[in-house]
Amino acid sequence: MAIRALIIDDSSVMRKIVERSLRQAGIDLSEVFQAGNGAEALGVLKESVVDLILCDINMPVMDGLEFIKQLPGVENAKNVPVVMITTEGSEAHVVQALSCGARGYIRKPFTPEQVKEHVIPVLAGKS
Amino acid sequence: MMAASGNHENWIPLIDTAAREVFELMLSSQLTLPTDSQEKPLDVTAMVGLAGQLCGVLSVRCTGKAAAMMASKMLGMDLDKVGPEISDALGEVCNMIAGNFKNKVSGLSEGCMLSPPTVVTGSDYSLHSMSDSPGLEVRLLFEGMPLNISLQIHS
Repeated sequence: MAIRALIIDDSSVMRKIVERSLRQAGIDLSEVFQAGNGAEALGVLKESVVDLILCDINMPVMDGLEFIKQLPGVENAKNVPVVMITTEGSEAHVVQALSCGARGYIRKPFTPEQVKEHVIPVLAGKS
Repeated sequence: MMAASGNHENWIPLIDTAAREVFELMLSSQLTLPTDSQEKPLDVTAMVGLAGQLCGVLSVRCTGKAAAMMASKMLGMDLDKVGPEISDALGEVCNMIAGNFKNKVSGLSEGCMLSPPTVVTGSDYSLHSMSDSPGLEVRLLFEGMPLNISLQIHS
């Protein structure tokens, strides 16, 4: 099934890499939305429906943790799974992200195989 | 995992490994050791600040051609097609090396924050660091082109 993904990262290069990794992981993307920070992403979600969100943590304006805290307030996105993709790799960050509602956590640098390993279970509702 | 205190010289292999992992995983490229001390002007510099338990700056310096090659490999684009993405790509490489390095040092992963990367183009500048030590430097080759990674430690 083709999915609609929202990729949030302040680096446009990283957004493209994440999109390419999803495709290399065999995930069929019907539409890809992009945002440079959490606030932009909330704006995208007011206009668009997505099935999966991949989100960096360290971003200007609104970081990834604040974004997922605000996500339940967005009517058409409150149940959309979020997978964090970030250089912040400590256990404390992982626990914090998961407690805020993230369903998966990928550390940069990453391979398409790692993206597949973390994203497929989330899409299947197993994580 | 190595502890954050003590002699910082033992962090050099960690910086080396952190850089090699980033290039292998994100650029499918194996960094190699330089065979001579040939000095080429390195005119692109990316810097990421570290604050918290460790304060300092991690920088990555290379030639413009090397930076363009990084963007090309990261994006899967032809070398002659990359343009404005070059600075962004080098900044992300620097950010990932800094993040990967601190995740290898016990206590730094939680206790040290990274700044967004800054990229400077051009070689006609002097960098004055408030560092209280000479800093750590790792010299490698990326696709045969010099790649210098340094960590200036403030405290």
